[in-house]
Amino acid sequence: MGLLANFQISGSALSAQTLRLNTTASNMANAETVAGSEEDAYRARETVFQSLIYDKTRPAESGVQMLGIVESKAPVRLKYDPQHPMANEQGYVYTSNVNTVEEMVNMLSASRSYQNNVEVLNTSKELMLRTLSMGN
Amino acid sequence: MPIIDRAFSIHDDALILRSQRSSILAANIANADTPDYKARDMDFQAMMRDAQAGQDKSFALARTNSRHLQAVAPGIEPNIKYRNPLQASLDGNTVDMHAEQARFSKNAFEYQTSLTFLNSKIRGLLFAIKGQQ
Repeated sequence: MGLLANFQISGSALSAQTLRLNTTASNMANAETVAGSEEDAYRARETVFQSLIYDKTRPAESGVQMLGIVESKAPVRLKYDPQHPMANEQGYVYTSNVNTVEEMVNMLSASRSYQNNVEVLNTSKELMLRTLSMGN
Repeated sequence: MPIIDRAFSIHDDALILRSQRSSILAANIANADTPDYKARDMDFQAMMRDAQAGQDKSFALARTNSRHLQAVAPGIEPNIKYRNPLQASLDGNTVDMHAEQARFSKNAFEYQTSLTFLNSKIRGLLFAIKGQQ
């Protein structure tokens, strides 16, 4: 397929990395969310990627897609706050299990990957434009 | 068109292979965060040899007799191979992002080189056809 395929490949990666950034943003926003019970507590979400083959005869030229979103298995944190309206009989509230440091790292990684793919797109576009003007 | 074919020598084949390789490298970069993805690359020398010999690049059985059946397996490209990772990663991904980026830019540069050669060949041919500046 050649250079034209790069648009599809890198485009799929851009959309996948955007989803990853969205998930990270949602985790960061909910880092301080509290709940009255353990089941209702917010759990950090994480995206799982999978490679996406467009043309079966060319498996090496594959894009990327999101397979799904999984919730973190880390234990939710308990906070002693008896004044809180959602506190249970013992005076505890359940906060999320979001690890903000981990989320920051995830955000950096996603944004770097996004930039890399934009760079690939730009280079491919440049090469195609030059090919179009061949012989001039 | 034997004259035109000879005029372009290897550069038209090289251009096609370079663009194909750019897609493979783009796929590696796109899948840098995909668990269990194995980075791939093209054996450029072998592909170029096949292209020059005019051979079909798909994986075909050798036919030693004219009555043998033709068997071709599309999707199995013998000259596109998996990369040997220098460092293991926990999620089974073998993409080394920085190395892939470097290869991608080198490949883009080589594509432009082929393009430049082709351009000057075309200019030379045009000059010969017109016989004037």
